[in-house]
Amino acid sequence: MLRKFVLTITILIFYLLQTTLFKALSLASVAPNLLIILTFAAGFMRGKKEGMFVGLFSGLVLDLFYGQVIGFNALLYMYIGYINGFFHSMFYDEDVTLPLGLVMGSDFVYNFVYYVFRFLLRNRLDFGYYLIHIILPEMIYTVVVTVVLYRIMLRIHRKLEAYEKRRATKFG
Amino acid sequence: MRKSDKKSIPTKYILFILSFLCMVLIVLSFIMPGFASPVKEGVSYMLVPVSKGMNQVGRWFNDRKDDLSELRDVMVENTELKAQIADLQNKNALSVEERSELEELRTLFQLSEQYSSYETVAGRIISRDSSNWFSTFTIDKGKKDGIEVDMNVIGDGGLVGIVFEVGENYSLVRSIIDDESNVSGQFASTSDKCIVKGSLQLINEGVLKVFNINKDADISEGDMIVTSNISSKFLPGILIGYVKDIENDSNNLTKSAYLTPVVDFAHLDIVLIIKQQKYTGG
Repeated sequence: MLRKFVLTITILIFYLLQTTLFKALSLASVAPNLLIILTFAAGFMRGKKEGMFVGLFSGLVLDLFYGQVIGFNALLYMYIGYINGFFHSMFYDEDVTLPLGLVMGSDFVYNFVYYVFRFLLRNRLDFGYYLIHIILPEMIYTVVVTVVLYRIMLRIHRKLEAYEKRRATKFG
Repeated sequence: MRKSDKKSIPTKYILFILSFLCMVLIVLSFIMPGFASPVKEGVSYMLVPVSKGMNQVGRWFNDRKDDLSELRDVMVENTELKAQIADLQNKNALSVEERSELEELRTLFQLSEQYSSYETVAGRIISRDSSNWFSTFTIDKGKKDGIEVDMNVIGDGGLVGIVFEVGENYSLVRSIIDDESNVSGQFASTSDKCIVKGSLQLINEGVLKVFNINKDADISEGDMIVTSNISSKFLPGILIGYVKDIENDSNNLTKSAYLTPVVDFAHLDIVLIIKQQKYTGG
């Protein structure tokens, strides 16, 4: 129960931060993608199922506010969360390189698919330009933000695990 | 809540079911746009006030960031300026000539006062599109302030965009620099019609694309472009920007050019929504 509550609040906070504070702090007119970080973290730390649900709801929140097509972001984020779940077996607390790589990959995949559906289909063919001016800067900014956020999320993750273990021994 | 793996459905199947649901939603939003607006309304009641607060924090940080970079610029500038003072004293003589140009520009500017007669509502930008691909933003005024879809949004002395979605206490604005934006415009001096198109690629260079200008149009660099009187959604005579780099198209029938918008979209904060809507009889 607590976990669901924490996750819901985190999704909303990340959404708000992404559309307000970080838009104001955007560098080179690009802002980091916080919900991708959250989706990745859920999949990576907790496995496919949780990654899938966190992704689904993160995407839905985005769709409800800024999407003209409801379900597009939800679908995309859900698969990103699910795929990150495959790396759950390689999750160790101390390792930093794999998570950063995964965030980078996730953000790239998200933006690439977004580009294909929202830009390429409208005859915007110059992928190289968009890669250099939107996708790469966003990846870098997102990874930098991840370095900071990852530790915080890891701590929350451990707290939740400990809490659940305590409950399990109490009632189980 | 806890792991009861025995009974639960494998994640794979849940994924399929959810994917299917998402597909249904996608299809639904194509065939009946706006089906989710009740949900949107509900969520927005909760999130819009928070957005407002957070945005103020963001603006504060942004101001500090600007302060820092300004300080650095100012120091460099200071040394440059000292050298320029001497130079400027010479140029002072030339300024008399420029005064006449100013008079000319002032008469042009009266055109922009034309739309000060419209009834407007001021709105504050509270959040921007979550992706980096589009230039839409949310303002803190909605249905209850009398905002409707297709109302024109101005600010900073020129056209900002158009309202494309309205909720009870918020509305979404597509700015003219958005990649999906098309505005029918005309040259203020000659009334030659053109289309002003937003482009993600060009706006990083600070310009918009102008095309479909008649080849014989008597236009030159720096001409003013305003919204045209034949536009179906935009009120006539709202200043969009100034034209530059006019070129003949390869078809030899039309010209195209670039346009520098008058609005500084990066630092836009408060916008005015014109409550009067264009009525085209359709």
